[in-house]
Amino acid sequence: MADYAPLKLHVPEPAVRPGDIPDFSNVKIPHAGSVERPPVDADPVSIRGLAFSIIRVLNREGEAVGPWAGLLGDGELLEGLRNMMTLRAFDARMVMAQRQGKTSFYVQHMGEEAVSCAFSKTLLPGDMNFPTYRQAGLLIAAGYPLTDMMCQIYSNERDPLKGRQLPIMYSSRKSGFFSISGNLATQYIQAVGWAMASAIKNDTRIAAGWIGDGSTAESDFHAALVFASTYKAPVVLNIVNNQWAISTFQGIARGGSGTFAARGLGFSIPALRVDGNDYLAVYAVAKWAVERAHRNLGPTLIEYVTYRVGAHSTADDPAAYRPKTESDAWPLGDPVIRLKNHLIKKGAWSEARHAQAEAEILDTVLAAQKEAESHGTLHAGGQPSVRDMFEGVYAVMPPHLRRQRQQAGY
Amino acid sequence: MVEAIRDAMDVMMERDENVVVFGEDVGYFGGVFRCTQGLQAKFGKTRCFDTPINESGIVGAAVGMAAYGLRPCVEIQFADYVYPGYDQIVSEAARLRYRSNADFTCPLVVRMPTGGGISGGQTHSQSPEALFTHVSGLKTVVPSNPYDAKGLLIAAIEDPDPVIFMEPKRLYNGPFDGYPGKPAVPWSKHELGEVPDGYYSVPLGKAAIRREGAALTVLAYGTMVYVALAAAAETGVDAEIIDLRTLLPLDLETIEASVRKTGRCAIVHEATLTSGFGAELCALVQETCFYHLEAPIKRVAGWDTPYPHAQEWDYFPGPARAGRAFLETVEA
Repeated sequence: MADYAPLKLHVPEPAVRPGDIPDFSNVKIPHAGSVERPPVDADPVSIRGLAFSIIRVLNREGEAVGPWAGLLGDGELLEGLRNMMTLRAFDARMVMAQRQGKTSFYVQHMGEEAVSCAFSKTLLPGDMNFPTYRQAGLLIAAGYPLTDMMCQIYSNERDPLKGRQLPIMYSSRKSGFFSISGNLATQYIQAVGWAMASAIKNDTRIAAGWIGDGSTAESDFHAALVFASTYKAPVVLNIVNNQWAISTFQGIARGGSGTFAARGLGFSIPALRVDGNDYLAVYAVAKWAVERAHRNLGPTLIEYVTYRVGAHSTADDPAAYRPKTESDAWPLGDPVIRLKNHLIKKGAWSEARHAQAEAEILDTVLAAQKEAESHGTLHAGGQPSVRDMFEGVYAVMPPHLRRQRQQAGY
Repeated sequence: MVEAIRDAMDVMMERDENVVVFGEDVGYFGGVFRCTQGLQAKFGKTRCFDTPINESGIVGAAVGMAAYGLRPCVEIQFADYVYPGYDQIVSEAARLRYRSNADFTCPLVVRMPTGGGISGGQTHSQSPEALFTHVSGLKTVVPSNPYDAKGLLIAAIEDPDPVIFMEPKRLYNGPFDGYPGKPAVPWSKHELGEVPDGYYSVPLGKAAIRREGAALTVLAYGTMVYVALAAAAETGVDAEIIDLRTLLPLDLETIEASVRKTGRCAIVHEATLTSGFGAELCALVQETCFYHLEAPIKRVAGWDTPYPHAQEWDYFPGPARAGRAFLETVEA
């Protein structure tokens, strides 16, 4: 008989559950401006610390401070604010539309708007994102029409994807937005492959992969990191850590590792953590990584520390698994309010102008919605053709599908 | 057949700069079956290279490359190893055109040695073709000889959609009729072993009749074409042996015409029986030719067990099993 006590399985639990007092005391938040900004060609080993800290630019007083500040002018910041507000208004209307039965499903971004809106502005035309379902800010900030997004959500007669794809799984090559799969993590290694192709062709374009904290546990995440590391692919690998994978807290995917960013270190991929609710910090860190990729210095891993304020999707109720007031206790605040306060502090914005902008944006979103709904919603008005269901499986329809289409009466 | 497959990639890499070839051991070494030998030396290591041992990485990266505009032709070292890459094939490569309304497409070839007869045990012998024919958006090809292998692979690389290209590894070095004890016949002694230089293609979706006959239609592909030919010779059954070549899209026209003529049908494949591709063939023949059938359709297949090691030749559906089924079908 071995002289050991019986083994016990460790199953991690979040610190609090519904009914408990929210507690983020374990999230260590460095002061804004306190984290170094290394040159883009720094030796990954020399900047390992960046994978365990949080790069922040906006302080509590709404000032932009430290070595990562100063990259964006007032015009760019105002545009960023407007994009985030548009995304938020868009989300609110579409969540409501789903409740009204105009579509089957929706995924909102509340609390995470800065990540995709700011990142989008660091790319050049031709660069390609491989997004998840919570990066619609990439499309909005790239100027993709709101009406087209809504037509996709409604699966109506003007849906660019002909009613074939689940709502919000957009695709726009022109806007640098790869078709969203809906399966998790698959796009991460595809981004690396796209970037490798660009390098094979001696092109100048780069790719950006996107993944959530929960999906970093998928094998494809590790495939992406090893391929990116091996071939020094010109890719930015983004992890949006919004603390929750549906009902599963981030500790289940993270395991014993200190941070998600730290996963990059074993691959010798420079890894940075950034305050995902700080538009300026997101932009600065993403710009640093994009610059590395464009200069053929290889991949960068970025963890955006943020919080999913809303439900995972319209099919989810977070009250079942986390305290209702947890989002109020989130220590990194709200990205829209923080950027707004910064611009007011700088004298470039005011409460009155903000209220006016909110009203204008709502009008724009409502006008887009009206236009989209004139082409139908999921169960009413203009519908995609049933014939379209059979088209596009292959470039040329094979005989068996032609027979089935005839059998279906089209 | 190895040379024919290599030649197809060589020809296409020469013709189209967007064709890239990669996989485990395929670069410097030229692949464990030598199908990519010399390609890296000729085209450079950014067009033919080794990858980490990660099939979802190989296929996933290839999907990204295809979306960019390249035409990747990747190798999975054995079909038995494709499963980690299956999600990328099924959920991504196969559906990209459809789900994006052709905003992005996936012209990709996934090559893999398939089938048994090489003492490979359960991890080097499987025939998982039905796992691919079941998936909308994929094409699945199984050549049976060097001439077809080259022409079909060229057609697969040129195809605008993802193609699963399964190479019966027991045929790499010569036709094999199911008798492991007999001296091996090299391809140089076979009429379909002659492979023209340069570019030519064999269209996807077209079957070939390997033996004309009046008494029975036999549907086979890959190694089983030779098993069926041997079984017909041994039993004296005047079988019409159809080599399907492409399982999807399927050349139903050729099948239908033959079964209407013979009134009888047997299906031979090496993969396990239950839910195998033979079940689909059986259903299609029944649906299209029922009133011409004079006997139940017979299926000869691998047993529904994992592929065994020591019992390989009891598992492998050889000419004896095929011949019995042919006789039962014509005598029914």
